[in-house]
Amino acid sequence: MTDAGAHELRSEIENCLRDNDWRRARAAATRLWQLRPSAATARHVIACFERMREWIPLQKGRIGVLRSFTLEPTVPILRAAALTHGLDLTIQMGPLNAYAQQILEQRDDIYTQTPDVVIIAVHTRDIAPELWTGLHEKGGPAPPQQAEEVTAHFDTLIETFRKQSNATLLVHTLEKPARAFDGILDDQRSNGQIDAIEKINLELRNIARRYRDVYVLDYDALAGRFGRERWTDERLWLTAKLPMSPAALLPVADEWLQFLAPALGRVSKVLVTDLDNTLWKGVIGEDGVDGIQVGSDYAGAPFLELQRAILGLRHRGILLAIASKNNREEAYAALARHPNMLLRPEHFAAERINWEHKVHNLRAIAAELNVGTDSLAFLDDNPVERDLVRLEMPEVTVIELPHDASGYAQAIRCTPELQRLRVSDEDVQRSRFYSEERERNDARANHQTLESFYHWLEQKVDIAPLTEATAARLAQLTQKTNQFNATTKRYTEQQIVELAASPGCEIFSVRAKDHFGDNGIVGVLISRTFDERCEIDSFILSCRVISRTIETAMLTFLLERCRTRGVRTVQGWIVATPKNEPVRTLYEKHGFTCMSREGGRSLWALEVDGAKVPLPAWIELTVTEDRTVGDFAYR
Amino acid sequence: MTSPIDNSLMRIFADVFQVPIESISADSSPETIESWDSLQHLNLVLALEQEFSVQFTPDEIEKLVSPRLVSALLADKLPVPEAMPCQ
Repeated sequence: MTDAGAHELRSEIENCLRDNDWRRARAAATRLWQLRPSAATARHVIACFERMREWIPLQKGRIGVLRSFTLEPTVPILRAAALTHGLDLTIQMGPLNAYAQQILEQRDDIYTQTPDVVIIAVHTRDIAPELWTGLHEKGGPAPPQQAEEVTAHFDTLIETFRKQSNATLLVHTLEKPARAFDGILDDQRSNGQIDAIEKINLELRNIARRYRDVYVLDYDALAGRFGRERWTDERLWLTAKLPMSPAALLPVADEWLQFLAPALGRVSKVLVTDLDNTLWKGVIGEDGVDGIQVGSDYAGAPFLELQRAILGLRHRGILLAIASKNNREEAYAALARHPNMLLRPEHFAAERINWEHKVHNLRAIAAELNVGTDSLAFLDDNPVERDLVRLEMPEVTVIELPHDASGYAQAIRCTPELQRLRVSDEDVQRSRFYSEERERNDARANHQTLESFYHWLEQKVDIAPLTEATAARLAQLTQKTNQFNATTKRYTEQQIVELAASPGCEIFSVRAKDHFGDNGIVGVLISRTFDERCEIDSFILSCRVISRTIETAMLTFLLERCRTRGVRTVQGWIVATPKNEPVRTLYEKHGFTCMSREGGRSLWALEVDGAKVPLPAWIELTVTEDRTVGDFAYR
Repeated sequence: MTSPIDNSLMRIFADVFQVPIESISADSSPETIESWDSLQHLNLVLALEQEFSVQFTPDEIEKLVSPRLVSALLADKLPVPEAMPCQ
């Protein structure tokens, strides 16, 4: 029964579209989907977004589905759900039960259409009929080799696919039946029906971990969460080869979206959270530190659970920030001193606790953390603030919260943009870096001169030639660094390795440590030397360490290296981009001369003979040398 | 006489078959709606079951071939309006 709310939203969308007010139309379409996520609404939501397409930025993604059963009814639901998360998906369903042929056939659409993500959705009764209906005929337990045969088949399929395609691969686990065919006897013996299917699923995880960009989607757990009795629908299986009930279509689409958002790079890097009635129950300005509630008692428990979920995000490499309308001292006192608080001031990479507009504060936080506003997720219990952000900053992921706070943690845990398929060491350390950076900035403010601040920082810089272990990180820096990047040339790991092998080319990683700890690899230097001329191909420093004179140390190193090798001229390009303002004066500041300038491109050169780029007195530079060249002095 | 069911029913037909709601009549059928193939028929069944919280038997699924027939089958399955909570 279409309720009044949905009906009003449909009219609102229609009116907004007629007035070309796409921000409101988009917000209303998103609310309609949140209110009534069903097969019928899906088509309407898609149609609305189709009409807005030319105005709103949507990220495209191509998805291929290899399957053994009917999944078509999920497509509109997935498309509608994805659109409300800024993803415009094209979904190609392979022919029914042709998944194996499709993977093994080299010229199949699944390869030629170059999808971004491919999903293998196979039902237990199709890939392992002996473990489903077969047992009813032959009786149990299942012969042990049956599970092995199925996993071997999966392994072959995955290996073949991986050789022929770079697409991210998602593999469904096999569904267990609601009840084992042997009843409770099944659990009592080895290689029972459930035992065998669980073995396959366990091995499927092991197989996936052996391959790059292959991930397991636990379809069986999904059925379990939903409730297996309600999940299956024999009636639709018999009439349409649809093994699940209509109500199960939405959970399948939602689960796919959890994987597709991170697989397609639609991720939030920062969670910006409100404080009052979001992280704790109560208003700090009225109730005081002793009056707010967070903890294991009933009223405070949902808020503690939310804090747990948020802290979990930090372990995934997602930065945390605060945007709250409060007096800063009071709010800080609550975070620092409340005995039950799980989130503490040091967990946050940035905060704006003031009486400004939230939109203003979100922009300020994005600027401070050097991320685009489209990398922000926004958490606030106040629906008015959420709507404001939706309208003013449609690129921000606004997390919808239920009225009851006991659903808050779940909302965080089910936000696709906050999911990650893998976490690198750098990701995990990132939060710590930013927290330390805040302390550094405080320290900078406390030092009278920059020089005394630099000395106090005790920076140690290590420059080393490219190794197998550092190639991925160097490629990542070329891909992600926008500000202190002289030429903004992007390289994949493969290209970095190839480049290093080309004549005259040298690639160095720059590692920085300081008073606060190890920053890891923060810079890249790529040079090409031909006879007496050395050209700097790439000069990159992570925004975490800019304006700390590490770039001078890098040039000291390069100049000395050129001197000992008889190079006469060092030159480098500055290619201006909208984002690389900080790097533009790099060569000029270090005594290079401008040789040519055209549009945003300028070429700078320095004659090695007589040139001086002294190492800053506050930096300790070490060079990990390759074996062919001896150490040389820098001072 | 138009009951609320009729309105929401027509909207489901319009949404599923992607046609303007005005173009749907009580006797629209697979013959008159071009996009009404077997897959869309399944989608119609799923939308109806979800929207009205009912279940059709395989026999009934075959008979759901116009808004009028759907409405008649739904009338048998849905509780009488008096029994429904007020808005």
